[in-house]
Amino acid sequence: MLTVNELHASVEEKEILKGINLQVNPGEVHAIMGPNGSGKSTLSTVIAGHEDYEVEKGNILFDGEDLAELDAEERAHKGIFLSFQYPVEIPGVTVTNFIKTAINASRKAKGLEDMPANEMLKKIREKAALLEIDSKFLSRSLNEGFSGGEKKRNEIFQLAMLEPKLAILDETDSGLDIDALKIVANGVNKLKSKDNAVVVITHYQRLLDYIVPDFVHVLYNGRIVKSGTKELAHELEAKGYDWIKQELA
Amino acid sequence: MELKEKMLSSFMVLEQDLDLSSPVHDIRSESLKTFEDKGFPTNKLEAWKYTSLAKLLKNNYSLFPKKETTLELKDVKKYFLYEIDSYKVVFIDGVYSPFLSDTTHDGIDVCLLSAALSKPKYKKIIDKYFNQVADKEENLTALNTSFAKEGAYIYIPKSVVAEKPIQIIHFSTGEQGDFMLQPRSLVVAEENAQVQIIERHQSLAEHAVWTNAVTEIFADKNAIIDYYKIQNDRHDASLVDNTYIAQQGNSNVKVHTFSFGGKITRNNLNFYQKGEHIDSTMKGITIIEDQQHVDHYTLVNHEQPNCESHQDYKGIYSDKAVGVFNGKIYVDQIAQKTNAFQQNNNILLDDKATINTKPQLEIFADDVKCSHGCTIGQLDEDALFYLRTRGIPKKEAKGLLTYAFANNVLESVAIPALKTRINKLIAMKLGVEIGHDL
Repeated sequence: MLTVNELHASVEEKEILKGINLQVNPGEVHAIMGPNGSGKSTLSTVIAGHEDYEVEKGNILFDGEDLAELDAEERAHKGIFLSFQYPVEIPGVTVTNFIKTAINASRKAKGLEDMPANEMLKKIREKAALLEIDSKFLSRSLNEGFSGGEKKRNEIFQLAMLEPKLAILDETDSGLDIDALKIVANGVNKLKSKDNAVVVITHYQRLLDYIVPDFVHVLYNGRIVKSGTKELAHELEAKGYDWIKQELA
Repeated sequence: MELKEKMLSSFMVLEQDLDLSSPVHDIRSESLKTFEDKGFPTNKLEAWKYTSLAKLLKNNYSLFPKKETTLELKDVKKYFLYEIDSYKVVFIDGVYSPFLSDTTHDGIDVCLLSAALSKPKYKKIIDKYFNQVADKEENLTALNTSFAKEGAYIYIPKSVVAEKPIQIIHFSTGEQGDFMLQPRSLVVAEENAQVQIIERHQSLAEHAVWTNAVTEIFADKNAIIDYYKIQNDRHDASLVDNTYIAQQGNSNVKVHTFSFGGKITRNNLNFYQKGEHIDSTMKGITIIEDQQHVDHYTLVNHEQPNCESHQDYKGIYSDKAVGVFNGKIYVDQIAQKTNAFQQNNNILLDDKATINTKPQLEIFADDVKCSHGCTIGQLDEDALFYLRTRGIPKKEAKGLLTYAFANNVLESVAIPALKTRINKLIAMKLGVEIGHDL
């Protein structure tokens, strides 16, 4: 589904990613771990199509198609979703209206009519229930005055509504208490299928107790320096990132 | 002939229809003298540094309607807030339209200034209020005072709450050729009275129209006045709107100005606080494009202690549009415990769009809270990226962000149908579809 080949990317002429290789197939859950500043968020941002990031070398293929020429919205229409570490606040636009706009924008891009109102409402109710979201929450302005946990839950709600093929969760566990973490992880798990894939980007192993990865990759200094199964995450938790740094030294 | 000369020489034509023995005529004559001395304001005046009327002065305006024109309601219905019941005072090319209006004398007076100026039963009110708060030395206000024949007269007696909003609409049809209008309105809310007013100037066809309006508003003790100005005119219509507000103790006056259209729009909005515990609010949303020009020139005169003023103006400018905000806050030395807030935030969507923003604080009391802030920015790139990753195309995403930026000014709009209407207008201006079911 997602193939990253020898990807080099820079922002403001500073090279952050220095040759990433990654293969994600349908039905898989990948975790990308690494110390701060290793390039984890850059990788997710580049895959999602931020214009400020320059791909210097290599490429990203999604379902066999090179993403290089596609804007962020076109990538979203193809089925790539990024859950943000710091979601943006939009006063005056309710959660409901925002998600309607997003869904209908994707449908329009695919040549479909707007989703009928009753169908939309049914889906919103269903997904809100999945994430234990109160209906009052849906009529609040997007992310405005939301707690850290509410913002993350709202990101996963959008994920549930948009039903992407590939979901990239960037530090979704940060700012979540254990109850919120369980709800969010439970939501992600219920949305998983043999046709979609999840990439979890995290600093800590904690989230991976709830969203169990098939593969774990360690990103360090712009490269994936180690890959393994979920046991690798436990090893990292026990030994810390210095272990990787020493091994590489 | 220059416009100034034309105005001066046309005064005699105007006088043919007037009662020359009325004290109002003396006011007119004095004002004409002031205008003769001062002429039209030029960029040399500090107050007009960023707004030039030179382009407007070149047109050969008719000053009086040459013929009577009528309008069908169905053709102009969309300019009314027709979703709700309201009183209406409607003018076509400066002449009262009984057909489109819905006035009253039942408990309150919603009628014509011409009637109020000429009929004895209004004399007491006219003597007390007419041309009392308007700045007699201001060029264009003086011009309006000398030439104005018509406008709305609204009188809300003590402890009366007007049960429905009042709409004042001035249409310019183009039937008179290029046209200059001098509407004049007077609003008086006595002690404990309440009223909501919506005002609009609307040109209906291609022609140069210049409206030089003066509105005087008096809020007596505890009165509450909500005034809404909808400025969404054609690109060949210009407006200089002079509004003067005098407030007595514990009164609350809010003026919302929605500037979405027009060629050159200048809003002179002046608040004078004459008692204690007064609340004065000025809010504005400006969204303009092409070569449109909107200038907000506000004054809050804190003359008494323990009062508040709140200003919040948002501007969104595209293409070569020009915005001006000049907010003057004057705090007299006796006006202790004044709370004055002023905020002006702007977004420039194009490289050639301009905003000139200038807070002007003159504070002579030592125990006051005054804050002001202005920002000029582009849209937040991270926010834009966020929306695009949700599949919302760049153009719509920009629209949505600008919409969100402007939107919070609407929170204080007290007429739900108006709020919805303005919401839709903003969404339409910005090419956003989301506003429609909010």
